This record gives sequence, C-alpha cells and structure tokens, in this order.
Amino acid sequence: MDFRFTPQQEELRREVRAFLEAERKQGTYETDIDAWIEGWSPEMSKKIGQKGWIGVTWPTQYGGRGWTYMDRLIITEELLRYGAPVQAQWPGDRQIGPSLIKYGTEEQRKEFLPKIIKGEIAFALGMSEPEAGSDLAGLKIRAMGKDGDFLFNGQKVWTGGAHKADYIYIVARTDPDAPKHKGISEFIVDLRSPGVTVKPLVDITGRTHLNEVYFDNARVPRSGLIGQINRGWYQIIAQLDYERSGLERVMSNYPLFEAIQDYTRKTTRNGKPLSEDPVIRNNLAELRVEYEVGRWLIYRIAWMLTQGKLPNYEAAESKIFGTAYQQRLAAEAMRILGLSGQLVEDSPRAPLKGWAARSTMFSLAYTIMGGTSEILRNVVAGRGLGMPSE
Amino acid sequence: MDLSLTEEQEMLKKMARDFLAKECPKTLVRQMEEDEKGYTPDLWAKMAELGWMGLAFPEAYGGGGGAFLDLAVLLEEQGRACLPGPFFSTVVLGGYTVLDAGSEEQKKQFLPRIAQGKEIMTLALTEPSATYTAEGIELTATPEGEDFILNGTKLFVADAHVANHLIVAAKAPRGGVTLFIIDAKSPGISYTQLKTIASDKQCEVVFDKVKAPKPSILGAPGKGWLEVEKMLQRAAVAKCAEMVGGAQQVLEMTVDYAKQRVQFGKPIGSFQAIQHHCANMAIDVDGCRFITYQAAWMLSEGISCTKEVAMAKAWTSEAYRRVTALGHQVHGGIGFIKDHDMQLYYRRAKAAEVTYGDAEFHRETVAREIGL
Ligand SMILES: Cc1cc2nc3c(=O)[nH]c(=O)nc-3n(C[C@H](O)[C@H](O)[C@H](O)COP(=O)(O)OP(=O)(O)OC[C@H]3O[C@@H](n4cnc5c(N)ncnc54)[C@H](O)[C@@H]3O)c2cc1C
Repeated sequence: MDFRFTPQQEELRREVRAFLEAERKQGTYETDIDAWIEGWSPEMSKKIGQKGWIGVTWPTQYGGRGWTYMDRLIITEELLRYGAPVQAQWPGDRQIGPSLIKYGTEEQRKEFLPKIIKGEIAFALGMSEPEAGSDLAGLKIRAMGKDGDFLFNGQKVWTGGAHKADYIYIVARTDPDAPKHKGISEFIVDLRSPGVTVKPLVDITGRTHLNEVYFDNARVPRSGLIGQINRGWYQIIAQLDYERSGLERVMSNYPLFEAIQDYTRKTTRNGKPLSEDPVIRNNLAELRVEYEVGRWLIYRIAWMLTQGKLPNYEAAESKIFGTAYQQRLAAEAMRILGLSGQLVEDSPRAPLKGWAARSTMFSLAYTIMGGTSEILRNVVAGRGLGMPSE
Repeated sequence: MDLSLTEEQEMLKKMARDFLAKECPKTLVRQMEEDEKGYTPDLWAKMAELGWMGLAFPEAYGGGGGAFLDLAVLLEEQGRACLPGPFFSTVVLGGYTVLDAGSEEQKKQFLPRIAQGKEIMTLALTEPSATYTAEGIELTATPEGEDFILNGTKLFVADAHVANHLIVAAKAPRGGVTLFIIDAKSPGISYTQLKTIASDKQCEVVFDKVKAPKPSILGAPGKGWLEVEKMLQRAAVAKCAEMVGGAQQVLEMTVDYAKQRVQFGKPIGSFQAIQHHCANMAIDVDGCRFITYQAAWMLSEGISCTKEVAMAKAWTSEAYRRVTALGHQVHGGIGFIKDHDMQLYYRRAKAAEVTYGDAEFHRETVAREIGL
C-alpha cells in the first residue's frame, strides 16, 4: 500500500491550485457551492481547457493526455475545493467523453472529444422522463428511423443545464416492440435542432437549473447514434458509474464546510469563540471524519480504474455515503448559525453568503439525482453482495 | 497511490485465515471466554512458530523484519477469527513499546523472547479514573536508594494474570510519567480478574510496595507519556484493524444468512429492507477499511499522523458497532443465542469501541488537529 501521490501529482495539484487562486483574484469567478451543477462559465471552462485539464485520461490522438484517473481526480478535487464554476465542462469530461471513447464512431470522437477538451462545448444529460425516473428503462421517448435519420418525439425532464448547453445526451426507445431493456439506444442531439424546445423549471432555491425538454418530430442524423442500436441500456451502465463516483458526491458543498469552520473560529458567544464549544467541536470533527471516509471511497474507484478494473457496486457505495454526509454538513451548519442560518444569499446580514440556507435546500437533491440512495442500495445489495431479487 | 496489499501481505492474510479457521474455531473462542487463562499454550506456540509474534520486529531481535502494516494485516484476520489470548497485549502494547523506547539491552532481553513465544507482556496504564491522559496516572514511584517503590492500582490491564512482565506507567517523583518493566510475579502485585462484556481477560492490578529496580525503567524517566502517546496511536490503529476484520466477517455471515433464511416463501435477502441493511453494512465495512489502512500505512512509514489515527478510531469504533447491530437485526432471534457467532462479534465490537479512546475522545483530537 502507498497512500502517497507521486511528485508529479503533487506538482499537478499545486499547479491547479495556483491557477484557481490567480483566477479568483483576477475576478474570473467567485467560489460557490454546487458550482459543478449550476456554475455556468464557458469562459472559465475554456481557460481550464487551455491548461489541458479536461479529458486528461483520454488518448492523445484526440487531444487527451493519456493520464490516469488518479490525475483526473486530483484536478477535480481542486476544482471542487475552490468551488469553481465548471458546469459547462462537467458532463462532457465525466461521462460523455468516456462513452464516446468506448462506443462512439471514429467520426464522433474526432468531432466531439477535442472540443470537450478545449472547453468549447457543453452537454446536458437527458435520461429522466416524467414516467421514467428510477425506472429509467421505462422511458418512452421515441426515436424512429426515417430516411436514414431518426425522428424524436417525447419529453425529457430534470435536464440540468439544457437551457445553456449545446448538446443533449439522450437515451431513447428505438424499438417499441422489444422487451423494455432491449429497445433503447443512446444519442447525441444538437439542442438547437428544429423541433426541440427547452422549458426551464424553477427549483426550491428559486433558481433555474432544471428543464423540461420537448421533442416534436425533431430530426437527428444517424451520426448522432452512439454505439449499437438497441444496446443503449447495456452501454449506459458504465457511464452511470462514472456519473456516480466522482468527488462531487462528497464535495459539492465543500466550500460551506471550510466557511463554517472559519465562522466558529471567528464568532464569539458568551465571550468565547464558538470553536471552543464541545458540541460544535464534536460535530465538526465528526463531519471531518466522514468527509475523509467518503473521500477514500471515491479515491478507491479512481485507483481501481487506474488498475484497469471496472468499478461495480463501489460507485453506488461512494454516492450513498458522500451525499448523506453532505446533507449532514448542511444541517450542522444551520444548527451552528442559529437564527441567521435561515437568511438566503441576497438578504441583508446573510452569513456565509447564505450558503447554509441554500445548501439546506439544494442538498435534498444529492440523494435523488444520479440515482436515488434507495436505488443505489439495491445496486450494492444486488450487484455487490449478490442478494436475490424479490 | 496503491491501495492494494503486496503479494507477501496477501499471502500472509491467506495463510492467517486458513490457519485460524483450522486452529481457532469458534468452539475454542467460546471455551476461552470461560477459561481462566484465556488462551491455550498450544495455539500460542503454533503462532510463534509461524513467526507472528516477531513479525514486525527487526531481524536483529529475532523478528521477521516486517512493518506495522504487515501486523495490521495479521490483526485484521485475528479480529475476523475472534482470536482469544494475549497476542495484542504482548506484541502491540508490550513488544512495540520496548522496541520504541527500550535500551539496547532491554530490546535484546525481551524482543527475541517475545518472538519465540516465551514472553507474555502487557501494559498497565489506565487507573480507576479510566482516562487516557497523563493526569490520570496516580500510581506513585517513590525513590528508595537505587530503586523505586510502586504503590497504586491499575485497571483494565489485559492479560495481566498470565503475563511475564508488565509495562507500568507511574507518576514520576518530580512530575511527568515514568515507565517501568516489572516482573509480573514481583512481591506486592496482586490480580483480580474483571468480568467484561467481551469476556476477554482484563484485570485489576494492585501494586503494594512493589520494588522496581532502576534498570527496569523504560525510556527516559519523567518522559514516559510521550511513549504512551505513541503506544496509544499504535494500539488504536491495531484495534481498528481487528475491527475491520470482524466487520468484514459479520457482513459475510449476515449476507449468507439472508440468502438462506426463508420466510413468506422467499429468502429474506430478497426483501428490500434486508437488502438495504446489508448495503449499509457493506458501506461501513469499506469505509472503515481505507481510513484504517491509511493510518496503519502512515504509522508504518513513520509519517506523523495524529489526525489520521484519531479519524480511524473515531470512525471505525462506531461503524463496527453499527455493522454488528444490523447483523443482529438481519439474523432475528437466532443471533441472540449464545451458540450463535453473531453475539461474539457484537460484544467484542462494544469493547473495542471504548478501548484506546472512544469516538468522542478521538473526535476531540480531530477538532484540535483541524484548528478548532
Ligand atoms: C437537482 C436534480 C438534477 C437532476 N439532473 C438530471 C439530469 O441532468 N438529467 C437527468 O436525466 N435527470 C436528472 N435528474 C433526475 C433524477 O435522476 C431523478 O429524479 C431520479 O433518478 C429519481 O427519479 P424520480 O424523480 O422520477 O423519482 P422516482 O423514481 O419516482 O422515485 C421516488 C421515490 O421512490 C423510490 N423508489 C423508486 N423505485 C424504487 C425501488 N425500486 N426501490 C426502492 N425505492 C424506490 C425512490 O428512491 C424515491 O425515494 C435530476 C434530479 C434532480 C433533483
């Protein structure tokens, strides 16, 4: 065993940090929580792309660097630590690129990978539908062959960032007569195609991030199909593991963790800093320990990938654990802030930029999006422990 | 980064698992709970033959030249098997402290004997105050000529009644703590066995004018607490390694049972409530593993790791308790019966939780380490 990073990795981490410090100082961005989900800044993503920090694990012939997943994790760890706005690059870097490398045509790789790497294009993920959430294979949207193209009809929902992205990754039904799992295919669709309508939804925090996306005879060229027709369900499994196993599952509200610790050092109550309060010390230490445990569950997956092993139930474990911890972090921050915890970010006197209040609301989604914790426990029990289905 | 064991460690693990499956069945574990000594000299000798006691000590002292990490691998298997007896006391508490703090002479005197299985050692640290702080040490060492006279009471001294030597932490005459290595049969020492939840062998040890000759001082007089702190770090992580092994076994046992036990015409493992209990157990088992091995590795490498040790013990203590509690829930009534193995683990989990600092104790350390 060796829990150390290589000197090159330490150097990489320093470089990423120095870059993020400098850009923050320059005003390119401000640290925020959940900035990988709703921190939209194509400018920032292009700068990160110029640094060569997107798609680092991909083959060099497409502009990647052939680095390990551990290297990628180090980069994403710093992006999350600094709460940099990286929404525009996130799905492409995390799962669309790897999917295209595994299943895409040479044409698709040449078309998309270099642009993702440069931070020039953004993807939204169109999986969920009104009738197909946890039961994703129950999806209804149709993609029927028409003169060599596909005609899309139906609806996606909860599509994060679709109102800003360039492309949407979609799973659609291509054979309505086949059994549920055997008639699904994966596509990349240009969000500006005629017949595609994006309707933003306002979420619990009052922000707009989620969307409904409607398809009304939207024509998609055959070149939009990823991999084999009707094999989409089997192709998507690995992608979902990538989606679930990143450090964002334990660091989405990380800036709040640092902020609340700092707050307890600087705030006095009854003449003493809050950080001397035994309950606060105990609870923040407990969160620190949980964070460490969650971090290792995720590092383990990057390490497995580095070894050429495919994670299985491990991604589910890491997401269940990390998201629950983050909800506890939000709750503890609120407890410490007391009455002022309820103040939201644009309110006078809001402490910690209103992050505690916003995280209390947004963290609800952590255990739902990307597979609910219940579904993921099913995965751990079934795929991981080999327990029988009912 | 490399999160795997080396080939040799994998071999050690497998060998230990096979050996313990054969030599330390649960019938023996149960017998030893009732036994006055708490171990069998026969199994002890076999373990020594395998080189377990000396595994992590330098070859110069008859050891195997391994690292603390190797010892952690072995302890994980011992925890899995609920190995009874004074291995932990002798090696982790005794031998390692001699190796770390002892004079060349003391190392030569004790370590080869430990490696050969001829020496049982333990640590007499805690007192009726039951804290892990220097202030808790009230047993006095009064100078008398060239010697010291020890007076006081130690509690929770594991395996003291079968030990050849005790490492005793005493309040030094001019402040601080001094450690002594005392012959366990010295006049004035008396033992009373305590009855514990884990049915392990912990003793109250009373020192009544016990003579400690000057050469029995271990390490620098008055500076003993520094050694105790290092020892407690090793002990906490070693305990975590045992807990990881126990937790892994409880998970496997529980999942197997859930696949076999039929109710309502189906294996209970097909019910989602049971599956989610098992999934939660699996997450806890994996969670403990990495945080424990991170600390074990740092200790092995000699990297300062106060925070990491505290995180490991804070977490693993409670996670192991959760795993055993869920294991019981899934087993239903049967696990409650003394003949069933579940209860062996549940009781050990509780004891391990409070030993060498419970979760709250270690969280306070974490709080300090993160600058609160
Ligand atoms: C903030 C946010 C962002 C999102 N972003 C995207 C996105 O970008 N793209 C996208 O495609 N989707 C996105 N989603 C959708 C998300 O993936 C779904 O909400 C999720 O998969 C759950 O589906 P559902 O909402 O239909 O709930 P349901 O599936 O109806 O679940 C409701 C409840 O029933 C439970 N349940 C369902 N089935 C089972 C079962 N078999 N066993 C036990 N319990 C069960 C669930 O765990 C949950 O508690 C996002 C969601 C949120 C909240």
